[in-house]
Amino acid sequence: MGKKITIEPITRVEGHGKVTIKLDDDNNIVESRLHIVEFRGFERFVQGRPYWEAPVLVQRLCGICPVSHHLAAAKAMDVVVGAGEGNGLTPTADKVRRLMHYGQIFQSHVLHFFHLVSPDLLFGVDGDPATRNIVGVAQQFPELATQGVMMRKFGQEIIKATSGKKIHGTGAIPGGVNKCLTKEDVDNFLHGADPLNIDKMISWASDAVELFKDYHLKNKKFIDEFAYFPSNHLSLVRKGDGALELYDGVLRAVDADGKIILNDVDNQEYHHHIAEGVKSWTYMKFPFLKHLGKEKGWFRVGPLARLNVAEFIPSEKAQREFELFRAYTHGKPNQSSMHMHWARLIEVLHAAEEMKRLLLDPDLTKGDLMTTGTRKGEGVGIIEAPRGTLFHHYKVDPQDHITMCNLIVSTTCNNEPMNQAVNWVARNVIAGNEKVPEHMLNQVEVAIRAYDPCLSCATHAMGKMPLKISLEDQSGNILDEVIKG
Amino acid sequence: MKKKKCLLFGFGNIGRQDDALGIMLAEKIGQCTNSCFDIDQNFQLNAEDALTISEYDIVIFADACVDTKAPFCFQRLKPDSEISFSTHAMHPKSILALCGELFDKIPRAYLLTMPGYEWEFNAPITPAAQDNLDAAFTFIDQWGHTLDNLAVGL
Repeated sequence: MGKKITIEPITRVEGHGKVTIKLDDDNNIVESRLHIVEFRGFERFVQGRPYWEAPVLVQRLCGICPVSHHLAAAKAMDVVVGAGEGNGLTPTADKVRRLMHYGQIFQSHVLHFFHLVSPDLLFGVDGDPATRNIVGVAQQFPELATQGVMMRKFGQEIIKATSGKKIHGTGAIPGGVNKCLTKEDVDNFLHGADPLNIDKMISWASDAVELFKDYHLKNKKFIDEFAYFPSNHLSLVRKGDGALELYDGVLRAVDADGKIILNDVDNQEYHHHIAEGVKSWTYMKFPFLKHLGKEKGWFRVGPLARLNVAEFIPSEKAQREFELFRAYTHGKPNQSSMHMHWARLIEVLHAAEEMKRLLLDPDLTKGDLMTTGTRKGEGVGIIEAPRGTLFHHYKVDPQDHITMCNLIVSTTCNNEPMNQAVNWVARNVIAGNEKVPEHMLNQVEVAIRAYDPCLSCATHAMGKMPLKISLEDQSGNILDEVIKG
Repeated sequence: MKKKKCLLFGFGNIGRQDDALGIMLAEKIGQCTNSCFDIDQNFQLNAEDALTISEYDIVIFADACVDTKAPFCFQRLKPDSEISFSTHAMHPKSILALCGELFDKIPRAYLLTMPGYEWEFNAPITPAAQDNLDAAFTFIDQWGHTLDNLAVGL
């Protein structure tokens, strides 16, 4: 009788993930699938609401990256109010938004590395699960854990200063922003008491990159080979020179050999090039490049994809690290899932450097905040969220009500890649084993975590987050069961 | 006697109906002019909140809950390094443990959970959840006035 391993939450209403791995009688992998329950009702909920509410409303979609949704919606509505497509804002509005975005990228990536990834790296994926967590890191590597906490704090303070509030900020509005920074804000971020100042953040970001490189040097086989698979990669790049661009750019994709397969497409035209496929076993869609079709057109997004697609990084220290990153695969796209962490930390360094550049720019404190123009009936906003490319597309009627909303979130784009990563673990770690001990199941999580999926969107009430891991035969009989969280 | 520093930290998503209970309690307490509590709030707890609570003597974490008894449950918290699967969010016990490890201080902490019943987008909280919120508010407001008599520490 075959077996099925299921990893699923018990009571989550939505936004949860479940992994099923089916084994035959000889413990060979029959099938592996990652199911992510994605909530689509939000798109209907937005319909009928005034367009100017969208940048605030969409933050309710996700408690993990509300700033990314806030900015993507604001960018789409910039188009609707005739303020241009990313480059039409006043210098102050553009720079305040960029600072907000880099604050979000910085704090989100830091959380992922220090909180989610460092326990696996420091204690090993087969380490004692009782201590393989952030508290264990704090016990044995307190300096590192403190850095993580302080870096998160700094990023959160940047978000608060630019968006106006710690949660449900209102900083970005259609056509601009509703506040600039004060000189006191800027001075605090530049010269705040140690360690909460930008120079310390840059220094610690550099240290984090070195930490990963040192680990990589000592664990090359694991980092290079774990969940390795070839794919296409997609991200925004800066229009004109192909630089890494996280806030506003054109869409570019490369194939596994580095050949450009989507060439600098304007945001407003994305729907001519990208479609969303469906599969019978999951509600989550599978985005793909139309001209390549569902089977060959899927792509990865996120830090790894961004560094595979971009031609350079426009900040000094991050560019030096980028050159090492690209040289490691001889200029070809890097296909190792675990190198996502390397790419993510290079982006942390870039975000820190960009925050400093912006904080030194006097435009941040000037008062020209808004742009207006000729009203349009449709707008698209695309942004590189921490987890990858995020698409917001709206249509608005003459009475200012939203009539259509389509969102493609980063985790959706990485749906097929995460399935590929889980499949790699199933075939290379779990296959052939009678029992599936905790360290093997953790490797399934390690593969998924590399993509930093947002599985915990929206509702976080106590009792709604646990995870059930069960081992079943193909008839559905439970052979073993573990509850986590 | 030095006045104790007290924090009420509400968390949840105000766009998700009864999931807003913790946030709403924090806001309601924050509007009381004679409250002894500082207020903080977020979608969920995270590592940096260990730094925040390290500055307080007494901390109450307030959240909606799926399976607690009405109108609310109020309990002491001890540090625990339990980590959930996604770890995008941390349990208050883990925040306490992290605070102790990193800042060598663990505030006296409580978890106040209020039952929620519906979790839909942008709908108002249910009448039953509102009753729970009102009861929790009355309790916390009164309890706050007794805090100076409490010994601080574990």
